Amino acid sequence: RTKTQNFCRNEYNLTGLCNRSSCPLANSQYATIREEKGRCYLYMKTIERAAFPRRLWERVLLSKNYEKALEEIDENLIYWPRFIRHKCKQRFTKITQYLIRIRKLTLKRQRKLVPLRRKIERREKRREEKALIAAQLDNAIEKELLERLKQDTYGDIYNFPIHAFDKALQQQDAESESESDAEKEEDDDEDVDKRAFVEADDSDLSDFEDMDKLETSSEEEQEEEEEVEKKASHSKSKGKTPLKGPARRKRPYIEIEYEEETEPATKTKAA
Amino acid sequence: EKLAAKKKRRKEREALGDKAPPKAIPKTIENQRLYDETTVDPNDEEVAFDEATDEFAPYFNRQTVPKILITTSDRPRGRTVRFCEQLSTVIPNSHVYYRRGLALKRIIPQCIARDFTDLIVINEDRKIPNGLVLSHLPDGPTAHFRMSSVRLRKEIKQKGKEPTEHAPEVILNNFTTRLGHSIGRMFASLFPHDPQFIGRQVATFHNQRDYIFFRFHRYIFKSEKKVGIQELGPRFTLKLRSLQKGTFDSKFGEYEWIHKRREMDTSRRKFHL
Repeated sequence: RTKTQNFCRNEYNLTGLCNRSSCPLANSQYATIREEKGRCYLYMKTIERAAFPRRLWERVLLSKNYEKALEEIDENLIYWPRFIRHKCKQRFTKITQYLIRIRKLTLKRQRKLVPLRRKIERREKRREEKALIAAQLDNAIEKELLERLKQDTYGDIYNFPIHAFDKALQQQDAESESESDAEKEEDDDEDVDKRAFVEADDSDLSDFEDMDKLETSSEEEQEEEEEVEKKASHSKSKGKTPLKGPARRKRPYIEIEYEEETEPATKTKAA
Repeated sequence: EKLAAKKKRRKEREALGDKAPPKAIPKTIENQRLYDETTVDPNDEEVAFDEATDEFAPYFNRQTVPKILITTSDRPRGRTVRFCEQLSTVIPNSHVYYRRGLALKRIIPQCIARDFTDLIVINEDRKIPNGLVLSHLPDGPTAHFRMSSVRLRKEIKQKGKEPTEHAPEVILNNFTTRLGHSIGRMFASLFPHDPQFIGRQVATFHNQRDYIFFRFHRYIFKSEKKVGIQELGPRFTLKLRSLQKGTFDSKFGEYEWIHKRREMDTSRRKFHL
């Protein structure tokens, strides 16, 4: 029931509204269009058959062709009131349109909506939170990474073992004389290698050696570029807390940042 | 009242001194977990044999390079789109394609023709992503997850840059049962098999009580015993809903595992992954 209209519940109703003019019970001459299983039929009721309820509604199958069906309606409802004829045709049009739409939709993918259950949702959410707390992800990840480090999956990139470090320190003293006289290109290569973490020992040693020189703050033989780089690296240290010792310079996090910056510099140097 | 009991116990322990019984291990859900008969034993032969012959064998033998296609359901909203982009930066060699009403059944043969190894479909609901379908393409298993608690990169409290192009390492934690094992392998096959350690990035899939948490970090070793991690990249949690044998097919597919609520959620100590 809307504010202005009532709906008629009779299945033979033509317009769907409960009016005096469109009630199948109130009018003794009446016609409707109904469709069954995709085929449309024209139902007609006349006064002559008012006494025979079984034969009251006469059924005519309409052709599938839209225009032909309209003509059929016309020829069957000839001499009938204009109102009924008009409404019949309208109803038939609507019906055919929605039949077409049904056929089109069934061809496309149907989206099935599966309703969520609120209680289950809540339960799962809470369980998830608890699982998250139980998981202690950060610790687990850290442990796993350390495990992998111990099992040497990373190879020689990270040179942490302390005895190796001492050995390197000793060696760098011996090597510093030879390294200092090296051509600039060599240093360039080492710079690049350092950044790329090649496992060659030389690069590691030069790593320590350069770092050592840094710490002892000796300027000569150190290309200014390198100092600038290191200063840049220190100034750019953000995010991570400043680390001590050799690990400080091994932060590709930063080195990746300025890879581009120094590349042209090294190129100009080599050139 | 509990406090009182605790205090009493502690006093007794101190009183006994060295002869005190060892400290009781607190009961956690993980401890009490019902033993699942499909738990994988590391030395299980049958499992090893299965893994050598299942659909991921070519990946683990390094014959195939993973190539991923990420897509969404119809009409993705902004959040989902951004999430897709971030996901594609996390997973190397992945491409995002939009779905303008294309049927999944039809795009799958196209993907196979273009040499994709995996397909990820992110389903969304009310402007947030809430489902993930991951299918291994050349006729591989399809896993359907419910996704929750999605955080985009800018919502994570981080100071890190975005992930670089290096192949990340993969950590798979806690995938104990057979089912968990196969899901774990599925995740592993998304990433290139040789991680580039230069990148120092790690993607973690951590399974805890049937929830898989995904995190993406950058790590650095501060010393031999200490490592620092910094979270970058999106994060989300997944809960497995179903696992199908073949590629995605809702009507005719053969389900290897479905989560049946009535049967499987009865006990609080029973987990399947």
